[in-house]
Amino acid sequence: MKAMAGRILALVKKEFLALVKDRKSRTVLVAPPLIQLIIFGYAATYDLNRIPYAVFNEDRGAASRELVSHFQGSQNFRLIKRIDHEGEIAPLINNRETLVVLHIGPHFSRHLLQGETGEVQLIVDGRNSNTAAIVSGYVREITTRFSDRWMQDHGYPAVPARLQIRAWYNTNLESQWFIVPGIVGLLTLVVTMLVTALSVAREREAGTFDQLLVTPLRPVEILLGKALPGFIIGFIEATLIILVAVTWFQVPLRGSLPALYVGLFLFLLSSIGVGLMISSIAVTQQQGLLGAFLFLVPAIILSGFATPIANMPQAVQILTLANPMRYFMVILRGVFLEGDSMALLWPQYWPMAVIGVIALTLAGILFRRRMY
Amino acid sequence: MNGKQGKIRLPSLTRLRGLMRKEIWQIVRDPSSIAIAFVMPLVLLLLFGYGVSLDAKDVPVALVVDRPSALTASFTGGFAQSEYFAPRHFDNISQAEDAMLRGEVDALVWLRGNFEELVRSGETAAVGVFVNGVDANNARLISGYIEGVWSRWLERYAAERGMDLSRPVELEQRIWFNPGMRSRDYLVPGIIAVIMTLIGALLTSLVVAREWERGTMEALLVTPVRIGEILLGKLIPYFILGMGGLIFSVAMGVWLFQVPLRGSLLVLLGTSSLFLLAALGMGLLISTVARNQFVAGQTAIIATFLPAFILSGFIFDIASMPTPIRGLTHALAARYYVSILQTVFLAGDVTSVILWNTAALVAMAAFFLLMVRRRTRKRLD
Repeated sequence: MKAMAGRILALVKKEFLALVKDRKSRTVLVAPPLIQLIIFGYAATYDLNRIPYAVFNEDRGAASRELVSHFQGSQNFRLIKRIDHEGEIAPLINNRETLVVLHIGPHFSRHLLQGETGEVQLIVDGRNSNTAAIVSGYVREITTRFSDRWMQDHGYPAVPARLQIRAWYNTNLESQWFIVPGIVGLLTLVVTMLVTALSVAREREAGTFDQLLVTPLRPVEILLGKALPGFIIGFIEATLIILVAVTWFQVPLRGSLPALYVGLFLFLLSSIGVGLMISSIAVTQQQGLLGAFLFLVPAIILSGFATPIANMPQAVQILTLANPMRYFMVILRGVFLEGDSMALLWPQYWPMAVIGVIALTLAGILFRRRMY
Repeated sequence: MNGKQGKIRLPSLTRLRGLMRKEIWQIVRDPSSIAIAFVMPLVLLLLFGYGVSLDAKDVPVALVVDRPSALTASFTGGFAQSEYFAPRHFDNISQAEDAMLRGEVDALVWLRGNFEELVRSGETAAVGVFVNGVDANNARLISGYIEGVWSRWLERYAAERGMDLSRPVELEQRIWFNPGMRSRDYLVPGIIAVIMTLIGALLTSLVVAREWERGTMEALLVTPVRIGEILLGKLIPYFILGMGGLIFSVAMGVWLFQVPLRGSLLVLLGTSSLFLLAALGMGLLISTVARNQFVAGQTAIIATFLPAFILSGFIFDIASMPTPIRGLTHALAARYYVSILQTVFLAGDVTSVILWNTAALVAMAAFFLLMVRRRTRKRLD
């Protein structure tokens, strides 16, 4: 037992040296994930600022001026141009100079003063339909605020019911609070997969794998020696990223750290299992990297990182059950924002453990078969 | 350097053909190259075409009515009718809040005991709405849908009683290019940029790094083959592979996913080949600098693939990013290409958009290819 531990330790040490002794691979492991966290943390948001818009106001009255001033007062909008005739709308939108054109008809103020409904036309560039939907939501918010004010000032009858909307966990609805914990999982997965998926193939290409085989190391020990470095690197990397998320991005960490780390442990277990599986099949590093990729991309897309799983078709939702990242996303956001405890996260823990055990067993079998 | 420097020497066709033949055999014999060019696009297109959607439907919402009556039923009935909601009724607020905590419902609508009394007496009843704000974008969408149910109820309520509850401003919305707001129509063109990055940068960076790692590049350098010929011998086969991947993706997008292609195919192919050249240049540059597959692969993912996803304007709006990051996106070829793709597919050949972005692509392709040429020559000295 002791001899086995010693052998594995020696292999782990060698693996680490192989990764760290080369300046380029060292840099590639540490710096990029942190830089990416910062850049993506700011870039990956659905909140819109500085939406370029134009106003086509045919009305000369005070009401339309007040409506436009509501837009000018908003942080989210940036006035690009005031236009005077309809023909100017198309080029502005087509050339992407503005995302939105607000068209106020000639009788807007008169209708409002007579207690009738004034019409405002909203033209949105739909090339990115998600952005278009968000923009039209913002515009609706502003016109509703204007309407409410107008109804109050001009003695409209009271509305029978009004909604009081409050958001839980994220009162100001900041996208960053949703995205940054997600990036913790994303980058941890990318780094551990790359470290483990290429590890065996690299030795096969360099010819040192045959040398490993003639040592007293047993297949299981080689596998463990390959798994541990990925585990340690993933652990350190994730801790660093969590630190940056809390200190730099100030995302609240409301739940218990042990609950988060149990999740991280199981997540690393399952992703290393998959990584080693790919590693034992791949003959060349290129195949290893491609295999890692063929797993990474669907795993990220089907994890709920950027788009909700609930919106996916039923068949795809079932497919996501095999994706370890899906569970870790729930744990990350649950612990960070909802303050989840370990007990509440059981339904997320055990599937990752199952995936991890299956993947590691398969990796062992494949590895053995490839060796002899 | 010798004295013939000023004279332009054309590449030898025989040598070029030999190099290309070797490269093509390598592609054909290693299934993983073909997989990057054709399997990966297929997987990505299927995932984005069928799997991913930002349009919420059947949102689980908890309904709590403290004192049920015909009036409250008319309000909550709107949720059952809406295609966006899958309502669940709870007897009291604490049960509903527990369901929210457990994540079983994403929103909670609460009609308090005095709802009917206030409405009947002509006052305004406040309806409590709680939304799970963890996914901020989704939370905004859901509150929008709830507001929709509420305003339809108001209209019905007013119409039944002959009241005039019309609001002063009516917003008429027109979404150009994609009136049905199908998210597939912008995701599929965007994913083509990711696919082209994958083939252009990731695949080539690995292949050339492998030659450096195995020492076959040095072996090539001592033959009469010139640097330009080696580079062309690499560029041409992967260019063909990339264009094959593009045609495959466009065909899938148009025929399988029914994404409209309103611009001309010629513009699409022309700009795509420019982008592919830039991506190939980047891939070659990464590999000559890294000279090691692990580093080259990591760098290609970090410098090309992930930015093509997140910083290109494909999913996240560039104008909303902070200024330094917006500046950074200008250094990304994918940014220009995504803009062209979205325009050519959905809007048509809009001259000014295509002209500017094409100019940027030309500049980037030229920059990367020249850099590769310089880096590779330096190593010879």
